[in-house]
Amino acid sequence: MNTVSISFNLNGDPVVADVPRDWTLLKTLREVFELTGAKEGCGVGDCGACTVIVDGDAVNACLYPIPEIEGKQVLTIEGVAKPDGSLHPIQQAFIENNGVQCGFCTSGMIMSAKALLDETPEPEEADIRSAIAGNLCRCTGYVQIIESIEMATKHE
Amino acid sequence: MTNFRYVGKNIPRTLETDKVTGRAVYIDDFKLPGMLYGKILYSSYVNARIKKIDTTQAKALAGVRAVLTGEDIPEVRVGFIKDQTVLKKGRVRQYRDEIAAVAAISPEIAQAAVDLIEVEYEEIPGVFDPFEAMQKEAPLVHEVDARGKPIRSNVLPLPWKFSAGDLEQGRKDSAFVVKDRVSTTWVNQCCMGTSGCVAEFDASNNLTLHNQTNVIFGAKQRIAEYFAKIGLKDKNIRVKNVVVGGSFGTKLDTDIYEFICIQLALKTRKPVKILFTREEEFKALPPRQPAVFDIEQGCDKDGKLTFRHVEAVLDNGAYTSWGATTPSVMMTPISSLYRVENVYFKASCVYTNNIYCQAMRGYGTPQATFAVETSMDRLAEAAGIDPAEFRSINRNQSGDLTPMKLKITTCGLEECIQAVKEKLSWDEKHGKRNGRGVGMASLIHVAGGARVYKSDGHGMRIKVDDEGHVDVISGGTDQGQGSSTVLSQIIAEELGFRPEDISFTIGDSALGLWDAGTHASRHTFIAGNAAIAACKKIRRQILKMATVQLPKIIQFGLKRKKRMDPDFDLPEIDFSLFADPDNLDIQERKVFLKSDPENPYCSVDASQILKQGLHVGNGKSQTVMAEVFYDPPTQMLDREFKGNISMTYAFGTTGVEVEVDKQTGEVKILSMIAAHDVGRAINPTLIKGQIYGAAYTGTGYALTEEIKSLKGKVMNPNFRDYNILTAKDDIPVEAVVVELGDADGPYGAKGIGEPGLVPTAPAIANAIYDAIGVRITQLPITPERILDAIKQKEGDAWCE
Repeated sequence: MNTVSISFNLNGDPVVADVPRDWTLLKTLREVFELTGAKEGCGVGDCGACTVIVDGDAVNACLYPIPEIEGKQVLTIEGVAKPDGSLHPIQQAFIENNGVQCGFCTSGMIMSAKALLDETPEPEEADIRSAIAGNLCRCTGYVQIIESIEMATKHE
Repeated sequence: MTNFRYVGKNIPRTLETDKVTGRAVYIDDFKLPGMLYGKILYSSYVNARIKKIDTTQAKALAGVRAVLTGEDIPEVRVGFIKDQTVLKKGRVRQYRDEIAAVAAISPEIAQAAVDLIEVEYEEIPGVFDPFEAMQKEAPLVHEVDARGKPIRSNVLPLPWKFSAGDLEQGRKDSAFVVKDRVSTTWVNQCCMGTSGCVAEFDASNNLTLHNQTNVIFGAKQRIAEYFAKIGLKDKNIRVKNVVVGGSFGTKLDTDIYEFICIQLALKTRKPVKILFTREEEFKALPPRQPAVFDIEQGCDKDGKLTFRHVEAVLDNGAYTSWGATTPSVMMTPISSLYRVENVYFKASCVYTNNIYCQAMRGYGTPQATFAVETSMDRLAEAAGIDPAEFRSINRNQSGDLTPMKLKITTCGLEECIQAVKEKLSWDEKHGKRNGRGVGMASLIHVAGGARVYKSDGHGMRIKVDDEGHVDVISGGTDQGQGSSTVLSQIIAEELGFRPEDISFTIGDSALGLWDAGTHASRHTFIAGNAAIAACKKIRRQILKMATVQLPKIIQFGLKRKKRMDPDFDLPEIDFSLFADPDNLDIQERKVFLKSDPENPYCSVDASQILKQGLHVGNGKSQTVMAEVFYDPPTQMLDREFKGNISMTYAFGTTGVEVEVDKQTGEVKILSMIAAHDVGRAINPTLIKGQIYGAAYTGTGYALTEEIKSLKGKVMNPNFRDYNILTAKDDIPVEAVVVELGDADGPYGAKGIGEPGLVPTAPAIANAIYDAIGVRITQLPITPERILDAIKQKEGDAWCE
């Protein structure tokens, strides 16, 4: 099989893997590293359920070619809580303010929100809307997701 | 209102912390050792005879473990009226017809094998319009029915006809009458998690189906019926939910892919997973049932409704799922939204070669309410009455018995209408025709269960272990609404325990007692009442145990204290008071003497009592557990479709202010007020979440969402071409929660899962009319439709 050897940093740990060259980052995360928090909601970059953070930017892992990940820093939802298991303020706010319902979009939402807050700790509502514009949700109408992200900025 | 500790509070969804850490296991993430992956071959033609299927190449592909066609499995009819088989043999009637299925060691190999299957078709003419399909000369979609009897018409033999009062008298009493044709289209439920399941047989052919159904016992029943016909009668069937990535109606029926998955697992003797792609989700999952309504209504000179006459035609598609039963629910708003004595409703479901339909949030009420509320606005205008006032005049009221024999126990409709009026500054803004406008629409929905099956019950088991931990095993399911949080609030309140003491096991037919399904906005009401009844038993058991154990524990503690500290003065305690459980109470998991609640020596953690009660050592040890099956005293609809099917009904009004750009046809929502009579809010934050989410889906239904079907083919099977709203579509929705309390609801609560969606589309349509004077009676209200309507209106004005 036409594989590629890759090494990158995953949730703080250096990792290496041999992966078929045509795999995406999403497939690699799910199949090789068994990190299933990032979801495939559409597989074509429309829904954002697979969002992870690569070198500080929120990206659709379902579109990200695996050879491109070499040497990069990848953060998934599994790496967001502190090592002792305590929740990140964004995660805490989602639980407190009903920012999560079915939860399928939640990993992606939180990653998009985290990428925003890492860059802009005190965003305007419009910034939040832009940051999660690529993350579709059918349960919440986004209202309490946006409120949760606003709440998290105050927690931080 | 009594001061509650947990009920009415915004308790966080701590029970679902796995969902924010990536740990929650959805069907996508669920794996079993040796599991294979199934893929389905769908038809390439919309209506055709299958001449030949060649699976040779597919079978030869490395990694393939099974290839099945209709020839390989028993020809058993499934579905609501048994009008299809699992794999279609000889004939296809729609593009989503399942012709063959493959199980392989990876989804990619399974798909490659599907692509290698060769099918020869002979196309035959189809019919794609329900009105054409009703014509005598129209091609028949089905030749025979489930019993093999010839079918002579595409109109399904379903009994959807309702009448009450005296329609002719109603017409005579009318000073004003309006008549309209109103239509709604297919929309996809768009669960973010796609459909899927894992089927697994043990060595004795007992099945475990890991799936996402909201109706675990209904699914079990349907599979059992199927098993009886394929030689697996009496095999055990366990239906078990994974975490469900949204439902919105898609998980009520047992879909064909689930039967296919079962067949692949049976054939391969391995667990098999089928997981839909997003494209399949759009093409092969039944969407919301579309409908065309001819609605005629009248009122007298005072604006009181005199009659309502509605005829509906529903494009059933090629087969039948729950979509065809939506008229039974459309009857609720058609007969009972606003007071109207004389009502006639008839619905025809018509076979076509289009995609077939199922349930979606609201189950027929959004469609019917779009018709009723469009007509209400038109009639108000004809009568020269303000539309808000017109609705107030005709509003439902507590104590009403509607023409459908629904008993309206509590009704907050007037409060909702007034809240919308006030918040929108209705009187100031209505009727300006200046590009900005306000509109409103209301709703009625079952909110205290819905007796659509002979049992509308819910089974709940609660056990409390010797650590004071409460395990709740509910026969229901959760698709994201937060039932476990709401029920834990009710249970904590009722038991005197804390929400953090409570764990939930749901969605497992082997563990739970029977439940009719987490549908019809019934779960909080029905499961909540079951929980209260179970908690009363549990509480009694703990307090009885305490009558024996509490004095012992207290005395032991006091003696110990005295031993440690000889100066300690033993308090005076009247131990005879402990003998009567009625003298005891539980709060925050502490059992204490009611007459002396502050006494630190008389208050003991329930876990100590439970431990002492269990570890007795004399053959009299006890555990604490209770089972309750709550079935509300409601009625099935009779042959005339009358009867009180729910313990209570929810009402609500959505008001909208819009701005319409007459040059582009774009609609901007400036304000949306969603006022809902919820009985009592167990968790206001969670209720608002239901209302907000439903309002967004309703806005999509009004303005952007439509499955584009061209001769039966879904042309927009992705999120680029099928537009659900995003966070950029900033709809300023405000939820107004009206709490009148309902005597039958748990702590006064009514169901709220579906209502928020129901009045949204007609409220927007009515606001658009108020803004620019054109009425769009067809969903979705796209800019193109608005521009066409403006053009037509201006053309008409020019002609005049």
